[in-house]
Order: sequence, then structure tokens, then C-alpha cells
Amino acid sequence: MHAFEYHRPSNVRQAAALLQKNEDAKIVAGGHTLLPTMKQRLAAPSALVDLGALSELRGIEKKGRAVVIGAMATHSDVATSDVVAEAIPGLAKLAELIGDPAVRHRGTIGGSIANNDPAADYPAACLGLGATIITNKRKIPAEEFFTGMFDTALEEGEIITKVSFPIPAKAAYAKFRNPASRYALAGVFVSKRGSDIRVAVTGAGSDGVFRWGEAEEALAKRFAPKSLDGMSPPAKGMNTDIHADAEYRAHLVGVMARRAVAAATGR
Amino acid sequence: MASVTMTVNGKSVTADVDPRTLLAQFVREHLRLTGTHVGCDTSQCGACVVHVDGKAVKACTMLAVQADGCEVLTIEGLADGAELHPMQAAFREHHGLQCGYCTPGMIMTAVDMVNRLGSDLDEATIRHELEGNICRCTGYHNIVRAVETGAKAMTGASARQAAE
Ligand SMILES: Cc1cc2nc3c(=O)[nH]c(=O)nc-3n(C[C@H](O)[C@H](O)[C@H](O)COP(=O)(O)OP(=O)(O)OC[C@H]3O[C@@H](n4cnc5c(N)ncnc54)[C@H](O)[C@@H]3O)c2cc1C
Ligand code: FES
Ligand code: FES
Repeated sequence: MHAFEYHRPSNVRQAAALLQKNEDAKIVAGGHTLLPTMKQRLAAPSALVDLGALSELRGIEKKGRAVVIGAMATHSDVATSDVVAEAIPGLAKLAELIGDPAVRHRGTIGGSIANNDPAADYPAACLGLGATIITNKRKIPAEEFFTGMFDTALEEGEIITKVSFPIPAKAAYAKFRNPASRYALAGVFVSKRGSDIRVAVTGAGSDGVFRWGEAEEALAKRFAPKSLDGMSPPAKGMNTDIHADAEYRAHLVGVMARRAVAAATGR
Repeated sequence: MASVTMTVNGKSVTADVDPRTLLAQFVREHLRLTGTHVGCDTSQCGACVVHVDGKAVKACTMLAVQADGCEVLTIEGLADGAELHPMQAAFREHHGLQCGYCTPGMIMTAVDMVNRLGSDLDEATIRHELEGNICRCTGYHNIVRAVETGAKAMTGASARQAAE
């Protein structure tokens, strides 16, 4: 790891000022992506601005028809939250499937979303529920936020403060885990809120998380696993690596989508 | 350099550290508590698991400065003098270790598991919860037995303590 200065601001404004002052500074949240990257010297920030002391970013609450989760809520906070379990059980389940218990104690929703790893789970929930990502500057709909693998609409020094998830009528996540890394080889989040039907896919696409339109249309006719019988997205556009080739991933997406709908409808 | 103060195994410690210092490095090299092991240094193996504010974390993937103001518990803090913690005793009884490299992390993870989920743990739960801990010797079977027994003994022990 290269040397860096360390800052631990006590509110969002201070954090923003520190990021503005130090050009090559980076935010550290749970550090479970950033620290490994720094150890490999793939990142060498001049300073780290640690959001760990910002308890204001840790809350989880129901606000009207949405669940609003602070950026510093850990995966374990979300997995064990009564508010989330009652309003969007599929989201609690997704958090429970991330990594292992120790990873879930440190990793945060804000860090996961800002990183936009093409195999990460939260991007599927954001797109699959039509979430709004709230920063210290603006509100960004999930559709506009994820702009390609490891790429987001965030500007230099912009801080995610909260994520707002509209409460769906039905929703669930199904994930085929890479048995070694536990990231998604294919993960599908489905939801139904009135006539808004969403199928978001992570882990499989070669350009990160995406919505599978054909499946959404099929589910609009009837929201049941049967509506997706025999369907899978085209293998073109799927990722190929040592763990799985594009055809296999495309097949998995179909299977995971049916499982997610089955879980969402209690079938 | 950055100043850091934390409570480790009940004792307050303050030190000046390079901000790069990992929590695992801090407890091993600065405090000479070498029970916490570093197996992979890439957050995969769990040999480095300690508790920070009562939660199991991988100390190779946390900076010492991030633990400023926290309560840290390492494997050295579990035993009560010469008397092993019930989870440690269960690992000994069930041969839950061979070379012992993974053991401190396994035990810290197991204690965290009981703290969160209670003492009535079935085999599937234990195996699932141990996903972040790798053992290259035992084949896990005896570790799972040890955790099962240790979990039960832990409630026994706290019930006894409460009665005393
Ligand atoms: C062993 C292991 C297994 C894992 N398995 C999974 C898995 O199965 N599924 C999965 O989805 N993930 C997995 N992860 C990743 C884990 O969820 C990370 O915690 C997460 O991706 C990053 O969150 P973090 O809080 O650790 O962020 P950090 O590492 O602290 O930061 C990541 C990036 O986001 C930026 N950032 C952080 N917070 C903010 C913010 N509030 N605003 C703006 N930018 C910010 C940082 O500057 C950095 O660039 C795994 C990680 C490990 C080590
Ligand atoms: S040394 Fe920390 S997880 Fe392996
Ligand atoms: S006992 Fe040797 S690694 Fe587990």
C-alpha cells in the first residue's frame, strides 16, 4: 500500500470540503473493496476521507412509501433491519447473501453502489426497485446512476448519503453465487409495483447491471414464473470468464429470473 | 503518523501509527498479540478475524485508525486466565484443529455466530456461517462439531455466571 493521509470528518460538509481540498483523495466506507485495491497498488489515493464517524449516514427508516437507507448502513444492518424485513423482505435477503458474516459487518450499501462492480448485488436491487440515489448534491434515479461496469454518474468528490427504495407489492432476488468469491455469477432482482414491472440482472452482463426488457414484458401479462418459461436473454452481451461462458450465464439468468418470480409470488 | 486509541481485550492502548497500518498488523506487531493470524491478506480466509465493537471483522481489511475509539477483542482476550473459553475448550475436545493456523479466526467467528444467532445452531447454519473461514487441514467436519458443542457450552456458562 502506498502512503496516504487519513481524515475522519464528523459530518458530510466537512467530508466534502476535505475531498475538494485533496485532489487525489478518496472516500473510504467499509474499505472492503478499496483496501484490497490499495494493497494491490491498483489505487493510490493521496488521502482517505473515512465516513466511519458519520452516524447520520447509518440510519434505516420508512418514509412514506419508501425505505430510505443511509449510505453507511452495513450489509448486516440491512439484512437484520426490521424495517427492511417488513417492507422489502427481498432486499434484506439480498444483503444476507453478500460475502460472509465478517464482510457484511464492514461493507456498506453506499460503497457497493459507488463501486458498481458488475458482479455486485446492490446494483440489481437499485435498478430492480427503481431506487433513487441521494448524494450531497442531488438525487439520481438508478437508471441514470449505473453507467457501465465500475462506472457511475457520481462526480469527483460527490458523496452518496442515502438510497431511497420505493416499496413494491412484490419483490425478490435470486442469485447464483460464484462458489469461491460469493459474488453473483448471475443475480436477478424482480419487482412489481402497480404496472411497474422490473427485472434487473447483475453478474452476467458484460457492461454491468441491466434491465431485461423482454422478461418485463412477459411478466406484465402475468406476474408468474410460468410467463418466463424457456426464456433467457441473448448470450451476446453476456460476460465470459474462467468461471462461466456467455451461453451458460444467459441460461442462468433465465433460471434465476424464474426463481426470483417464484419467491416473490410465494410459489 | 496518526494517533489511535482503542480498547484491546479490556485494556486501553494509544499509539502513533502510519495510517497504512492494518488492524491485524497493529495487534500483531505493535501489541505483540500474535494469536491473530494473517493467512491470505486478501479478505478471503478469515484467519485474522477479531471482534470490533462486538462484531466479527477481518482485521486484514480494516485500518488500525478505523478502529479508533473501538473495543477490540482478539483470541487472547477470550480465556479467563488459565481457563479456556467454552468455544476454545470445544475445539480442543473435538480435534477442531490440526496445524492451528485458521483456529483463532474460526473461534472468533464461532463466538460471533453464537452472539448473533444463539446457541441452538444446526449443521447447515454453522457451515453457511463459516463461509468466510478457510481451513486447509481438517476438512471442516470436526470444526462444525466443535462449534455445535461450544455454542451449547457458551449458554451453559453464561447461565452459570448469571446464577452466581
Ligand atoms: C471476501 C469478499 C466477498 C464479497 N462478496 C460480495 C458479494 O457477494 N456481493 C457483493 O455485492 N459484494 C461483495 N463484496 C464487496 C463488498 O460488498 C464491499 O463491501 C462493497 O462492494 C464496497 O463497500 P465498502 O463499504 O467496503 O466500500 P469501500 O471499499 O470503502 O469503497 C468502495 C468505493 O466506493 C467509494 N465510496 C464508498 N462510500 C461512498 C459514498 N458514500 N459516496 C461515494 N463514494 C463512496 C470509495 O471511494 C471507493 O471507491 C465482497 C467483498 C469481499 C472482501
Ligand atoms: S488474512 Fe484476513 S481474511 Fe485472510
Ligand atoms: S487447522 Fe490447519 S488450517 Fe485449519
